[in-house]
Amino acid sequence: MSPDPAQAHETPRARETSRTHDNPRAHESARRLAPARMLDIDPLLDDPETRIVVCCGSGGVGKTTTAAALGLRAAERGRKVVVLTIDPARRLAQSMGIDSLDNVPRRVKGTEGGGELHAMMLDMKRTFDEVVEAHADPERAAAILANPFYQSLSAGFAGTQEYMAMEKLGQLRARDEWDLIVVDTPPSRSALDFLDAPKRLGSFLDGRLIRLLTAPAKLGGRAGMKFLNVGMTMMTGTLGKLLGGQLLKDVQTFVAAMDTTFGGFRTRADATYKLLQAPGTAFLVVAAPERDALREAAYFVERLAAEKMPLAGLVLNRVHGSGAGHLSAERALAAAENLEESRIVDQEDGKEPCNSPDTYGGSDSPSSHPDPGATRADTPAPTGTDAPPDTDAPASADAPDPDPSVDQVTAGLLRLHAERMQLLFREQRTRDRFTALHPEVAVAEVAALPGDVHDLSGLRDIGNKLADNRRELPEPSA
Amino acid sequence: MSRLQVVSGKGGTGKTTVAAALALALATAGKRTLLVEVEGRQGIAQLFETEALPYEERKIAVAPGGGEVYALAIDPEQALLDYLQMFYKLGSAGRALKKLGAIDFATTIAPGLRDVLLTGKACEAVRRKDRGGRFVYDYVVMDAPPTGRITRFLNVNDEVAGLAKIGPIHNQAQAVMRVLKSAETAVHLVTLLEEMPVQETVDGIAELRAARLPVGRVVVNMVRPQVLDAEDLELVRTVPRAALARSLSSAGLGGARRGGNAERLVEPLLGQAEEYAERYTLEEEQRSELGELGLPLHELPLFAEGMDLAGLYELATELRKQGMS
Repeated sequence: MSPDPAQAHETPRARETSRTHDNPRAHESARRLAPARMLDIDPLLDDPETRIVVCCGSGGVGKTTTAAALGLRAAERGRKVVVLTIDPARRLAQSMGIDSLDNVPRRVKGTEGGGELHAMMLDMKRTFDEVVEAHADPERAAAILANPFYQSLSAGFAGTQEYMAMEKLGQLRARDEWDLIVVDTPPSRSALDFLDAPKRLGSFLDGRLIRLLTAPAKLGGRAGMKFLNVGMTMMTGTLGKLLGGQLLKDVQTFVAAMDTTFGGFRTRADATYKLLQAPGTAFLVVAAPERDALREAAYFVERLAAEKMPLAGLVLNRVHGSGAGHLSAERALAAAENLEESRIVDQEDGKEPCNSPDTYGGSDSPSSHPDPGATRADTPAPTGTDAPPDTDAPASADAPDPDPSVDQVTAGLLRLHAERMQLLFREQRTRDRFTALHPEVAVAEVAALPGDVHDLSGLRDIGNKLADNRRELPEPSA
Repeated sequence: MSRLQVVSGKGGTGKTTVAAALALALATAGKRTLLVEVEGRQGIAQLFETEALPYEERKIAVAPGGGEVYALAIDPEQALLDYLQMFYKLGSAGRALKKLGAIDFATTIAPGLRDVLLTGKACEAVRRKDRGGRFVYDYVVMDAPPTGRITRFLNVNDEVAGLAKIGPIHNQAQAVMRVLKSAETAVHLVTLLEEMPVQETVDGIAELRAARLPVGRVVVNMVRPQVLDAEDLELVRTVPRAALARSLSSAGLGGARRGGNAERLVEPLLGQAEEYAERYTLEEEQRSELGELGLPLHELPLFAEGMDLAGLYELATELRKQGMS
């Protein structure tokens, strides 16, 4: 496939153009309901106003890799970038040369261009500890850190990771050291957890019950509270029975200590929330062209809109293409069957030309390219120019190739192609469903890679694909 | 065969599907199984194409041979209320506690407590007997949290020990651990033939073993059909392009001459074969890595069109054929 000049950027600053624009073949066979808008990554990354990019989406769609690739691309285009990853696969961390990723941004070596890339991995316990240490005097901080309830909460509370990711983002942004912060989001069971968790943790720690539990310690002795205290005693009694009295006492001392040391979790949660809504933040929803992932992406798009959070677009990873998109699955399969049948026929009564209904040429002349010694290496790559009139003929019966194993290989290649085309068609259908629901969302597509990314050049490659995703579009089938 | 079958796996590997197929497979021949969901995502209801499951055991499928599959989506809050009711006869006080947020508080306050309630409910179903002294369920299959959290989830004893040193929750945790660490339980991990899920499976098994939790089997899910084998791939590497072009042409795909339709297919088709070969090698590597675990290995085919009820029954048959039930 070669770049189609008609599809080149006409307005480089525009974030999107019509995807099938000016491609007559696409018009003929367009199956999509409406052309999806193109997400142009580079203007987004280059814009000095863009300070935060958040990559979100369900698990297993390549979110972290996308975040790292975007960070690298922005850095190599001259910006000073930090990538905050949550739980990178070992290989990905290594690809940035930092297998010892920790809670502090580290400079990534080997980047090209004038910018800088830093990377870090969120350590939620460490981040929580830092918050405590920053806001309490050393003695009180030590007491909180040693509290068993704190230890359980900081290490395991559902949502702590999400909350701490937001906390870290707030810290990084406040330092104003970087032009651009790229954030990966935690691998939650649902992409929406990421938006819900900070509030949940905030409201949990600031909640009525916790206030009640801690009230006696703070208000003790005040006459008006007597009635409440009776109720409290009953309540704490029941909970104490259930959980063991020690735990409840731990919670009480913990919350009292936390409350006096920093001004309420909710305030902090709200502040990070506002940061996400502010101009300069761009959300990218990451998905794969699969039913569940795109359904999740659609939920997320709706949710971001409801929360007034700025969505830049959808990154669709692992999209398949084909260089032979004009050969449909059906024809490829029919041709494969032809080859396998003719092998049987060959064994019985010699070769017989087998014509599928789609045979192009009409002449029976033998192939004028009898070059049995040609190897793959000295055959030039096919050019992607417009199809010349195809006047040459199918190979005739006496073509000098008696080797049946070639037909076997060819049939295999055709079956492989048919499988690819079926996959491609399914992916397109899934994408179309999303586009129909959300035609306003700009999309960038990234071609599927056979393996994982192992180094910076692999990340750079993904960055290139992200920025120039038009070429990865499969040719529409004829 | 262990009576509590726990199914975990990296997110996106299809562990809910495998758990459901296993429940079906175990229910054949007149047995009764309970399929338990603990993460409140209603994945089972989606899979069996029924409305959302309430917090009650409900028959959702009939297996070949008259077996039955029941399903239960455990809600930790409801489980806690049940539990309080059972031990303290709380009555309406339970509702009052809920209103105050105390139940929400108690189930979120400590992840360990939540997990004790979830695993406790499953263990209760495993041990439950009818009046005649027979087990109510022959098998209980749990669609468990993902690999990254499974050891922590099952190892409730350690989790809770630091928080609730005494009291009924502590005792409950002890009872649950007795079931989970016994031969009555088997923990299976679902994976794909890809680097990250395989790595996570290997790590997860090491963790489970370190915690002395009984590891069962590894299920490789969504295995793609083999279109070309190693021999074909070798031929692909050596075959002359011109011969391929002629072969394509003889199959009716146009001219073999340079620039002809058949000839122009050669390059892209070989490109696709190269990608396939790369994936093939990668998959073989992952397969051998899984082989080194020394655990029974099962492979389930990919349903390219997506999973549905018919596919689920096919997977169940496949699991039975492979001796997993």
